[in-house]
Amino acid sequence: MISHPATATPPAAPVFPQPYRVVSSRAETADTVTIELVNESAPLAGFAPGQFAMLTAYGIGEVPISLSAVETTAEGRTRRLTHTVRSVGAVTRALHDAGPGAVVGVRGPFGTPWDLAAATGRDVVIVAGGIGLAPVRPLVHAVLDDPARYGALVVLVGARTPAELLYPADLSGWAREGAHVGVTVDRPAAGWTGHVGVVPALIPQARFDARRAVAFVCGPEIMMRYTAEALVARGVAADRVQISLERTMRCGCGWCGHCQLGPLLVCRDGPVVPYGRAASLLTVREL
Amino acid sequence: MASQTEPHTLTPAPALLDAAALPALFGALEARGYTVMGPTVRDGAIVIAELSSAAELPYGWGVDTEAGRYRLRRRADEAAFGHSAGPQSWKNVLHPARAKLWSADRTPDGSMVGGEPEHGRRFALLGVRPCDLAAIAVLDRVLTGGRYADPVYAGRRDGNLVIAVECTEPGAVCFCASMGTGPHADARFDLAMTEMLDGGQHRFLIRAGTPAGAEILAELPARAAGDDDVAHAAGAVAGAATRMTRSMPADGLPELLTASRESPHWDDVASRCLTCGNCTMVCPTCFCTTTEDVTDLTGDHAERWRRWDSCFDLDFTHLHGGNVRSSGQARYRQWITHKLGTWHDQFGSSGCVGCGRCIAWCPAGIDITREVAALSALRPAGDAADDGTGR
Repeated sequence: MISHPATATPPAAPVFPQPYRVVSSRAETADTVTIELVNESAPLAGFAPGQFAMLTAYGIGEVPISLSAVETTAEGRTRRLTHTVRSVGAVTRALHDAGPGAVVGVRGPFGTPWDLAAATGRDVVIVAGGIGLAPVRPLVHAVLDDPARYGALVVLVGARTPAELLYPADLSGWAREGAHVGVTVDRPAAGWTGHVGVVPALIPQARFDARRAVAFVCGPEIMMRYTAEALVARGVAADRVQISLERTMRCGCGWCGHCQLGPLLVCRDGPVVPYGRAASLLTVREL
Repeated sequence: MASQTEPHTLTPAPALLDAAALPALFGALEARGYTVMGPTVRDGAIVIAELSSAAELPYGWGVDTEAGRYRLRRRADEAAFGHSAGPQSWKNVLHPARAKLWSADRTPDGSMVGGEPEHGRRFALLGVRPCDLAAIAVLDRVLTGGRYADPVYAGRRDGNLVIAVECTEPGAVCFCASMGTGPHADARFDLAMTEMLDGGQHRFLIRAGTPAGAEILAELPARAAGDDDVAHAAGAVAGAATRMTRSMPADGLPELLTASRESPHWDDVASRCLTCGNCTMVCPTCFCTTTEDVTDLTGDHAERWRRWDSCFDLDFTHLHGGNVRSSGQARYRQWITHKLGTWHDQFGSSGCVGCGRCIAWCPAGIDITREVAALSALRPAGDAADDGTGR
């Protein structure tokens, strides 16, 4: 009809979740697992690091989860999705408990990816707090896989306690491959000899050249804010600091309204945004 | 469709249609397979419902509205569209309060297969006020204008025939004239009508906005309208604009709301706001939804349902660790800031069309136009008032 031609509308979104099968589930901490999901017959379009999938526990609900590793087919489809999931509610508990063979629904890819191309020829500073290490993990892999393209790689990680530190074997492996890895915890345990304190405190001494650095930050909002401020204070331009925002999401397509942060629809304009775009929003309470 | 229409019928002159001929309009719509949605009286209000005949229109009913007030009243005449906006809007038809997004069944190998529901019906929207034409355009931008088209909305919106009815009597809470959305209908309709009851004659000036509308108009027992009829109808619509008592500033609202993030006025609003969410339910553009997943007892059949949600709901911003917007101050600030400010950033227009529903249906009588005036008066010093130069 003329008043609203059907052909004028953009393509329908992926509303129906694509079934993926859990092929492995590995416990990371007391409440966190890393699951690998595979669909051989009809894989989704390729995900880029920083983007997220909406994961469905059938009959329970759906949550947005970033990728902690990605394996793409020759055709650019996503054969294997790796998600690190912390059990904090009904849906994430079901995903946490989904063992090999279980079917999980997947929609995506959604959101903005990390802009790793902006780091070509520059030092790469990756700062993560808690489960925020999961969405930046593919970045570490990408930089280590192509070291000639980048300058120094600095990975700074904070966790509440040593027992809640994600991927401890990866961290030492990354250090062996040449990354400068710094780890700090809020509350040490017996035998802990590393840093104690918040992760922004590691930034002043970290080995990178602020004038030629690009930073990727993911963690609790307060941690990202103070980390970004520390990076800017050291001389990193605000728009060379990328952060990954988190808000409630129901659709991933910009229709449900839940993920607003001021002018941003986080599912569409984020989750990855330049700090310069979000800085004034992060200082307003309850925005 | 357009190519089969004679050129002279593409932009026919306005015609006069007697109210007694409205059944012919219903007949033309039904002959084309439309489900007619329009106003009717139900439950003490004028609601939008499926209409099977012109007799179901709310002849002789008007409404009295004020902040926190909506009452049906008998009119002295038999006007069919002598009422201002009711508790529902076309959102109820196009973006329903509950919709099934999909269902899936477990296969023998444990996978889940299924699909999205089909959409069969084509709707004729009868009696769309100009403010609501603007509201539908807003929903079009939000739900189908981005990267993805919402399949539920698109399925119900595609193929609509839109019959607008201009307003000749503003409601007390209306402010469409100041929003530039009414009371004149200038686009986005297939047919537009202006109701006239003077001189004992109940008739409509009717004009087509599209070839589809022209084709229907050509079938109706209408007669050519004279220049005086056209001028009379235009004068009645223009008169409605001048009698509107509420208004919203035309410019500078996004800047005002951004500058007001820390305004002390939010405490004042929160002392009155019940955070009930009525304003979001009746708003013709509030589109927020949540989802509910359900399953049968075996777990082999799962469904996802979508239902309207409200930014006033405490759980709306629930994340592990708590709710982002837990105070009433923050929730009202989000609603009005989104509606009048950040909507521009997200979707390229205001989210407000000036229909006044949020004012009438607020149980505390909170008036969006007065809250904007209060924010303007309290605008922080050093942040100059709008100088008309835009953003």
